[in-house]
Amino acid sequence: MSVVEIDRVEKHYGSVAALAGVSLTFADGEFFGLLGPSGSGKTTLLRAIAGFVDPDAGVIRLDGRDIGHTPVHKREIGMVFQNYALFPHMSVFDNIAFGLSVRGQPSQDIKRRVGEMLALVRLSGMEKRTPRQLSGGQQQRIALARALVTRPRLLLLDEPLGALDKRLRQQMQIELKQIQREVGITTIFVTHDQEEALTLSDRIAIFDEGKVVQAGNPHAVYERPATAFAANFLGDANFFEGKVLGPGRVAAAEGEIATEDPLTAAGASVMLAVRPEKISLVRPDAPVTPGNRLEGRMGQAVYSGMSTIYKVTVADRELTVFAQNRSGQDFAPGDAVRLEWSPSHSVVVQP
Amino acid sequence: MTRLWANALKTYLAVTLAFLYLPIAVMVLMAFNQSPLYKLPMVWDTVWFERLVDNDRLLTAAAHSIVLALANTAVATALGTMAAFAFARYQFRGKTVMQILLFPPITIPWLIIGTSMLVLFFWIGIGRGLHSLLLGHVALSIPYVVVVVGARLKTFGPVYEEAAATLGAAPWQRFWRISAPLMAPGVIAAALFAFAVSFDQFVISYFLAPPGWTTLPVEIYSAIRKGFTPEINAISSIIIFVSMGLMLIFARLYRFGGER
Repeated sequence: MSVVEIDRVEKHYGSVAALAGVSLTFADGEFFGLLGPSGSGKTTLLRAIAGFVDPDAGVIRLDGRDIGHTPVHKREIGMVFQNYALFPHMSVFDNIAFGLSVRGQPSQDIKRRVGEMLALVRLSGMEKRTPRQLSGGQQQRIALARALVTRPRLLLLDEPLGALDKRLRQQMQIELKQIQREVGITTIFVTHDQEEALTLSDRIAIFDEGKVVQAGNPHAVYERPATAFAANFLGDANFFEGKVLGPGRVAAAEGEIATEDPLTAAGASVMLAVRPEKISLVRPDAPVTPGNRLEGRMGQAVYSGMSTIYKVTVADRELTVFAQNRSGQDFAPGDAVRLEWSPSHSVVVQP
Repeated sequence: MTRLWANALKTYLAVTLAFLYLPIAVMVLMAFNQSPLYKLPMVWDTVWFERLVDNDRLLTAAAHSIVLALANTAVATALGTMAAFAFARYQFRGKTVMQILLFPPITIPWLIIGTSMLVLFFWIGIGRGLHSLLLGHVALSIPYVVVVVGARLKTFGPVYEEAAATLGAAPWQRFWRISAPLMAPGVIAAALFAFAVSFDQFVISYFLAPPGWTTLPVEIYSAIRKGFTPEINAISSIIIFVSMGLMLIFARLYRFGGER
């Protein structure tokens, strides 16, 4: 298994920087998600690791060795493409066998290995089918089997589940993670689906405009977003802009807000992010709890059974509050409400 | 109203097809008519086909045409396929200009192309002969091959070749095991096209062939000038059936090509 180091890698297309100095380390056996909007550079990085993109500057190391001049077919990688790219003129068996066959392995070994891989992805008996006769989920698993059969040092997944419908996607997420654990291979995957990134990854990196905005384990990145972009891209956030009053205190247009994050000197501008699900909604006459309090007026509510998303107007601004359907209580538009949250959930972010 | 309109369209189509096929049908019929003067009523006979067997000039010319067309098909398909592959999969300086320049030779009248080739070949000193004849045919066929194979290559992106590369396939393995089988229908269609372009070619064959060496279209032309015999109908009928057969295969392959 392998460690991948990305060291100040740059790639420019004309005047556009697809990668503007990216440094990341992918640990041995890690499942790492590259997350970001389209054009943020995550796919360019994946293709640079695969060898399809030649970086303008920087070094990519696989187990300490610079692979910049190694052609794709000698990098010992496995890759699953967005639409799987199963060879349409070959059977399932020949597709999986391809990597072994181009290495000139004896046919008995090939047969045994293909059988093992089909068992791993639970599609034994499908050898003779053609890719067209398979469902989307089956194609996905065959593509995974084909990529893993050569025992690559690194597995790259480009939007691996993007072509599947939601239910199948959730099922495949669990399966994908299970197979990755079983094989123990270092895996890097690209997605624009935040939920998928959170579910699958040991660690994630959020990309924007060719740069890594934040990297870390999903919990840390979600709970402590470093920038407004990270807070907004991974989940939702309410933002408060204001000036530092003193330690732990910020004066925002909506009122005074407390935070447990370290603040700069008094008078400096600061931005706070609060996740919608960290805020509780209560009636104005409810007993006061310690922490942040803002008075507001109820706006639109989107009810989805398990939970409700409320829009609340506070000092001419609309805030979003996410409430689980625990008490069955309901607010009508126009009701006066109070928003409450703990100071530990006011996160200082870079604008 | 709609039905009337549909019927009108059908009639129009039928008239058009009749206009296209009637002359051919008459010719084929006359090839089987015993009378050399096209007398009616028809008397069925295969005498003109039998006569062909003894017509050494036509048979030799037909053999020439077939050999030339086969040589042209081999050379033009190989070169054109490589060019199409380069256009579809690689970026290089002047690519767009080169792609655009492929098309004019298709529309420039053959008479002009033939004349200019003759001028050029004498100017550079290779003159007329089988070599310049093959050169001329190949030059004419390549644009068709590039267009047909290129259209096929557009139906699948480089992703299969990329997938093969990640699986450890070297460039030549990628070409022979992935690209080649995937573009095969296009290449076969292009080969049929190249064969037809060469087999039907008159002007260039007339200009560039060595003295005394004729291809079938040229031989038919000079035979007509001497006097029309139903033998011409007979050999033309054979050509029609062969080339229609080729075009049907072409159409079938091409449909397969667009399906994926």
